[in-house]
Amino acid sequence: MAEIGLGHYLAVAAILFAIGMAGIFVNRKNVIVILMSIELMLLSVNINLVAFAQFLGDLTGQVFAFMVLTVAAAEAAVGLAILVAYFRKRGDIAVEDANLMKN
Amino acid sequence: MNRSGAVRRRFLTEDGHFAQPLARRPDDPMTISAIAFYIFAFAAVGAGLMVIASRNPVHSVLFLISSFISVAGLFVLMGAEYLAMLLVVVYVGAVAVLFLFVVMMLDVDFVEMKQGFLQYLPIGGAIAALVVIELILVVSVWVFPSESEIARAHPSPTAAETVSNPVGPNNAEALGLILYTDYVHYFQIAGMVLLIAMIGAIVLTFRSRQGVKTQDPMEQVARKPSEAVETVDIQSGQGLS
Repeated sequence: MAEIGLGHYLAVAAILFAIGMAGIFVNRKNVIVILMSIELMLLSVNINLVAFAQFLGDLTGQVFAFMVLTVAAAEAAVGLAILVAYFRKRGDIAVEDANLMKN
Repeated sequence: MNRSGAVRRRFLTEDGHFAQPLARRPDDPMTISAIAFYIFAFAAVGAGLMVIASRNPVHSVLFLISSFISVAGLFVLMGAEYLAMLLVVVYVGAVAVLFLFVVMMLDVDFVEMKQGFLQYLPIGGAIAALVVIELILVVSVWVFPSESEIARAHPSPTAAETVSNPVGPNNAEALGLILYTDYVHYFQIAGMVLLIAMIGAIVLTFRSRQGVKTQDPMEQVARKPSEAVETVDIQSGQGLS
């Protein structure tokens, strides 16, 4: 119980990943919360990378976590920019009738 | 060629042994770090649940921030201090504030968007439970390396080792030693990704509004005297019409 090992961190990461996944399902209409759920999933991936880097004794995992952090920040910026542009065009952000590209 | 070998060697003593054994005692009762782990872990998971469950997206963003801070605490516990500080600066300082900005800028009826939450809760919960069970099954068959194997190839000092062995590089220094040598191309590609994301975000949200009095530097620079000055011959007593 007292000894905190790799498994503990992996369990926290797994639970956070599942929460992010469930968030995409239960908030199907709200794109902003879907983007936040994706951020949660990327965060859990980062926990995994750092935990393996620490417990397997290889700093490469932290470098990869650094890359995931970069891509997540870029993804959030571009996703929110698309959201703002879409809102200006349509006046709402409902995802189920997002069919501007259809025609 | 392999520079990380040199980096790893800096953590070893002359006779090739790791400078300080890992500061973990299995027969210890509940240590401070274990208590901190459980606090941060439950805070992260609880805040994560509130991100997807709260009715107001502003509250979602604030819970996302608290989840990030809790995970930064977990990173500190794992000895990744640099990444923890990066998480606080980049996520809490930039990404979460960007989310907050967009949530407050868009004039959307968020209560209406919450419809269907209970309808999709069973399938979402079922899939989440399935994923957790799968991941736990995967982790439970993992063969964890023994303490000596970890100590043999352990380039990243834990917090306790950094305190007890202050001459060795700390986490940020060790990360820099391999990030700018072995992984310099990844580093440059990361910069490229950020540049392209920045250009993309600007292009997507830029709009030139008509009918607004603004400076146009291009037009100002391109002006010639022949276009700008006009000589008019005015008869006395008549004025300009």
